[in-house]
Amino acid sequence: MTTTRSRYSSDEVEEKLFSEISQETLALTRRLFLQLIRRPSTLIAGILQPIIWLVLFGALFSKAPESLLPGGISYGRFLGAGVIVFTAFSGALNAGLPIMFDREFGFLNRLLVAPLRSRSSIVFASFIYITTLSLLQSFAIMLMAFALGFGWPGINGLFLVLTTLLLLVFAVTALSLGLAFALPGHIELLAVIFIANLPLLFASTALAPISFMPVWLGWLAALNPLTFAIEPIRAAYGGHLDLRIGLLHAPYGEVNGYQCLVFLMLLTIGLFLLIRPMLNRKLA
Amino acid sequence: MSLVELKNLKKEFGTIAALNDLSLDIPEGSLYGLLGPNGAGKTTTLRILSTLIEPDAGSVMIAGLDAIKHPREVRKQIGYVAQEVSIDKILTGKELLHFQGDLYHINSELRDKRIAELIKRLDMSEWIDRRAGTYSGGMKRRLDLACGLLHQPKLLVLDEPTVGLDIESRSTIWQLLEELRFQGTTILLSSHYLEEVESLADQMAIIDNGRVIAEGAPEYLKQQLGGDRVTLRVREFSNELESGKVKDLLANVEGVRQIVVNRAQGFSLNLVVDNELVIQRLQTHLNKAEIPIFAISQSRPSLDDVYLQATGRTLMDAELALVGKRDKKQESKSSMR
Ligand SMILES: Nc1ncnc2c1ncn2[C@@H]1O[C@H](COP(=O)(O)OP(=O)(O)OP(=O)(O)O)[C@@H](O)[C@H]1O
Ligand SMILES: [Mg+2]
Repeated sequence: MTTTRSRYSSDEVEEKLFSEISQETLALTRRLFLQLIRRPSTLIAGILQPIIWLVLFGALFSKAPESLLPGGISYGRFLGAGVIVFTAFSGALNAGLPIMFDREFGFLNRLLVAPLRSRSSIVFASFIYITTLSLLQSFAIMLMAFALGFGWPGINGLFLVLTTLLLLVFAVTALSLGLAFALPGHIELLAVIFIANLPLLFASTALAPISFMPVWLGWLAALNPLTFAIEPIRAAYGGHLDLRIGLLHAPYGEVNGYQCLVFLMLLTIGLFLLIRPMLNRKLA
Repeated sequence: MSLVELKNLKKEFGTIAALNDLSLDIPEGSLYGLLGPNGAGKTTTLRILSTLIEPDAGSVMIAGLDAIKHPREVRKQIGYVAQEVSIDKILTGKELLHFQGDLYHINSELRDKRIAELIKRLDMSEWIDRRAGTYSGGMKRRLDLACGLLHQPKLLVLDEPTVGLDIESRSTIWQLLEELRFQGTTILLSSHYLEEVESLADQMAIIDNGRVIAEGAPEYLKQQLGGDRVTLRVREFSNELESGKVKDLLANVEGVRQIVVNRAQGFSLNLVVDNELVIQRLQTHLNKAEIPIFAISQSRPSLDDVYLQATGRTLMDAELALVGKRDKKQESKSSMR
């Protein structure tokens, strides 16, 4: 063993490590995308649902007085940011489903008897897949919002939108993957997804600003991670790219753009640390 | 030299002891059959040596490597074909083979060459580009087997490879296994088909209740038993009471070594006797007691007899006793990772 090893320089070993990890990660990712292309219903539903939100809610308040919302923007413009975030969020919430099905159908065993360089490849592949998928869906919604006359963030704004969405998607994907290993089956996972989805949307600033809410709901919205993603994106749509400006008027005080992003980053890191021991155990 | 050495394996699932001190040596180059009734611990043994699960106690050495300490090195040596076929319905067979090749880090040239070889060898070309969701059981099995062979493993582990298959698929698989052994691959297969083990394996072990109760070459095991087998039916379908009486009657006939009531065969009696002369004596005894004879036959010992001798029941009986006792759904749930 040791003699064969020492024939390689450490560079070669490292190169092999890298090429093997990318080979297996690529294969795992390709499989997920093939599944998606051949069964595109999740992709399509993930776009249709938010479009319905946009159109219906946009129409519901289209005659509201100009001065209704802070800053005097139209409701459609206000709503756009919320629906974009909701799209990315519900897309990422599904991240655990393919893994759950692989567990249930024994396909995961095929991966576990293979000499994978690192079992993190399984997790990487899910991240690549779900990030692409939810960004794609969000982008479709942005185009739709633009077509409905709800605005466009511009190049710099787009960068802020992308950063914010990525942070949120990472956090939610981590959570969903954790659930996919912690819960006993897909029924339970679907139940959690179902329960988490709408209440989180309503208890955020997606549909109305905090100033419209009763105190208790205001508190919930001000603690809801979705809100921390919605506000920077709303600012980007409004052309306010200075992140030092206060965006969220929470009951506990003013929150600026940086603080929103830092909150999302901490959430992502926290969730990663939380699920890591479990992934290590299940994939050991 | 042994390719696989399992020593004193213990494994419990909750309160169920699946393996009780199981030890096994598998010589390099052999086609090794693991025979045992449902629930004997075959799958558990194979899952442990394929590094899917760890034993509670005991050691697993494969090709000189400790499988518990160096699972990745060991995985490279093994092709594992599970009892329940797990293929992705949405991919085509060929896509699954590609996928498998990448998980084993085979370079693309070699991978494509191997895939083409296996498609030809397992006669899959007609349907390999169709989605696997449309395959029959036999096609799925063949594809699964091809996946296990793709990286040319030193050790091929097959968990009941032909259960529920049509004759054609079964004989394709049997032929392939014999070829592979000829080319030097060590093969370990579990089965509860006596014929499968009898016609394929050159070495075997019988497992019951999580331990090995007999091991060696099938011929050797049969020879070791000695004596002749007599099957006696007093009626086409007898009952427990009647067979019990006849058993008592014949127990003391000279030259009778053992009598077992075989429930699975309509309560016929299976006797072990010293030689062919004993049959005469049995018939005389039965005539005297005015007991009719529906059929009486004599044979050399079979693997079933080996099993019977070791456990006191036939393989079929052991299977029947377990019907309804296991909750397969529950098991596959709790073995989920
Ligand atoms: N994941 C599990 N959870 C609980 N019990 C299990 C599990 N896996 C196996 N067992 C139990 O361990 C024992 C051995 O099971 P195993 O699957 O190894 O048997 P087997 O010989 O492969 O049987 P079969 O011929 O039915 O495949 C059985 O009693 C079974 O009920
Ligand atoms: Mg089994």
